[in-house]
Amino acid sequence: MNVKSKEVYRKMTGRKYLFLLSILVAIFLTFILDIMTGPASLSAKEVISTIFFPAYSERSVQVIVWTFRLPVALMAVVTGITLGLAGANMQTILDNPLASPYTLGISAAAGFGAAMAIVFGVGVLPFAETLFVPVNAFVFSLLSCMAIYGIARFKRATSETIVLTGIAVLFLFDSLLALLEYTANPEQVQAIVFWLFGSLTKTTWTTLGITVGIVLLVIPLLAIDVWKLTALRLGDDKAKSLGVNVERMRLKGLILVSVLTSTAVAFVGTIGFIGLVAPHIARMLVGEDHRYFLPFSALSGAFILSTASVLSKVVVPGIIFPIGILTSLIGIPFFVWLLLYKKRGYW
Amino acid sequence: MKLEIKNLKFGYNSTPVLKSVNMVAEPMVTAIIGPNAVGKSTLLKCICGILKAEGSIVFNGKDLKEYRKDEVIKTISYLPQESSTSAVMTVLEATMLGKINSLGWRIKDEDLSASMDTLEKLGIEDLAMRPMNELSGGQKQMVSIAQSIIRKPKVLLMDEPTNSLDLQRQLELFDVIQTITEDNGMTTVVALHDLNLAARYAGNVVLMNGGKVVASGSPASVITEAMIRKVYGVNARVTLDGEGIPQVIPINSTRKCRIKKAITG
Ligand SMILES: Nc1ncnc2c1ncn2[C@@H]1O[C@H](COP(=O)(O)OP(=O)(O)OP(=O)(O)O)[C@@H](O)[C@H]1O
Ligand SMILES: [Mg+2]
Repeated sequence: MNVKSKEVYRKMTGRKYLFLLSILVAIFLTFILDIMTGPASLSAKEVISTIFFPAYSERSVQVIVWTFRLPVALMAVVTGITLGLAGANMQTILDNPLASPYTLGISAAAGFGAAMAIVFGVGVLPFAETLFVPVNAFVFSLLSCMAIYGIARFKRATSETIVLTGIAVLFLFDSLLALLEYTANPEQVQAIVFWLFGSLTKTTWTTLGITVGIVLLVIPLLAIDVWKLTALRLGDDKAKSLGVNVERMRLKGLILVSVLTSTAVAFVGTIGFIGLVAPHIARMLVGEDHRYFLPFSALSGAFILSTASVLSKVVVPGIIFPIGILTSLIGIPFFVWLLLYKKRGYW
Repeated sequence: MKLEIKNLKFGYNSTPVLKSVNMVAEPMVTAIIGPNAVGKSTLLKCICGILKAEGSIVFNGKDLKEYRKDEVIKTISYLPQESSTSAVMTVLEATMLGKINSLGWRIKDEDLSASMDTLEKLGIEDLAMRPMNELSGGQKQMVSIAQSIIRKPKVLLMDEPTNSLDLQRQLELFDVIQTITEDNGMTTVVALHDLNLAARYAGNVVLMNGGKVVASGSPASVITEAMIRKVYGVNARVTLDGEGIPQVIPINSTRKCRIKKAITG
């Protein structure tokens, strides 16, 4: 008996580990490729040896890799993780397959917060100059999350109501953003456009450090709840009877989503579709046991953004294509394909 | 162990649904019967703590409010009436979730074999590896049942457990419920519409009407022709079989059929 159940379970988890391993390898490959591509092409060997033994490389290669490309390539991976986690968590707590920071207007709110800080030169909270843009982004994304949460709680709103609220939030902040742009001077418009299209090129080791720090802070907070989040997928009543404080999980989840989204938006701008698509890929491949679902969503996000980063440099040679546009361009057809060809009733 | 409910009151948005419910459930199968919307599901949700009601629920001599939260979860298990889920996980994973409090990052062998044992007990071990979203309605229901009995609760609350189950499964399910109730000395409370199942498998039948418990006792004492006419508005023939278990044969509604009237004008 015991032997049989163990065997059944091992077969099930073995497949999941295989998927996890494959995506890790894929991310490593795109990551190396990301550092290789650019105005001056480097070979894979040069890249790897410069990363691990910088002292033995030429000075110019050292500078290209360590100063310019490594932080950008790492930022692509980390931001992908951030958005993948935000999307997965959001779809679970709102019980909605269309939920993502982008589709529900949270990215737009964060973008508006950032733009406001740029245009007026002040944040809603008094913070150091380098930080008020991201802090402002956070405050606004939190506000939009709370608005969605508030309406979701009001008279047990359905999934549809939540999505519609999100769309309203999206339009609201999009028009507010347009208003800001209208009043801004050309320099400010330039800076705002950066948030709108998303770009990894302004990454520094500092912004990378902050993003990594925040992801490392959020991961344990999600990790302790993996079973509760999984139970939430059984429906509110069942989860409650299993002792899950559903309301608190939702609130905590939305705060974490705001933190993740605003970090990503603050440093790389609004990048669409990763938060939506990554969890769907994870769901199809490893299912919704959140011990696998969350890491796999994060890694799918990393893989997509890293790939997009490579493509942004090769689509139009000599020009770095805005990455946010690329992820949408890759994301939309992929998502449509997912919807049309999904064999099983995944939502 | 005894579950006593005293003067329980509850209402959603100020309209009272439960108006002073009093009942006692002993360690055996208790069936709660009553017309639609009378508050059976509401009562079960109040007992398991999903809804916070006024009044007292005493289990084993101690008010549930005095139990620690994790004790309550360990003690009481609840099967919702509607448990449609779009969760993408296998039956084995879903079943294991019933023991959520003992699950850690690594799955213990003990939890794994408990899941498999439960599936076997319910005769659905073949489904272990199947994804939940590919199951039929009845199969899903069986998995929900597995989830609620896996942690061997002291109080098992089931809301319409025979939903979507075929005739054979209904009988088999109640055989299992009866067996585990007896073997583990469980206090099982089942909300049921099927009076014949209630009569056959419950030791105690509780009848709800108008937000109150209006009768309780042995099946033969509660399920009578007079009761069915009064509470359900149905003319029925109730006969006692060799073991003294009532059998209900419904004949017609005492109310003029509104559908027929609508058609014939
Ligand atoms: N979430 C809710 N909000 C408001 N009213 C509710 C809610 N759930 C149930 N009710 C109302 O409470 C009353 C009792 O509902 P309940 O679900 O307990 O009935 P029931 O006896 O289980 O009925 P059924 O046999 O149809 O399952 C009904 O009038 C119903 O409309
Ligand atoms: Mg009910």
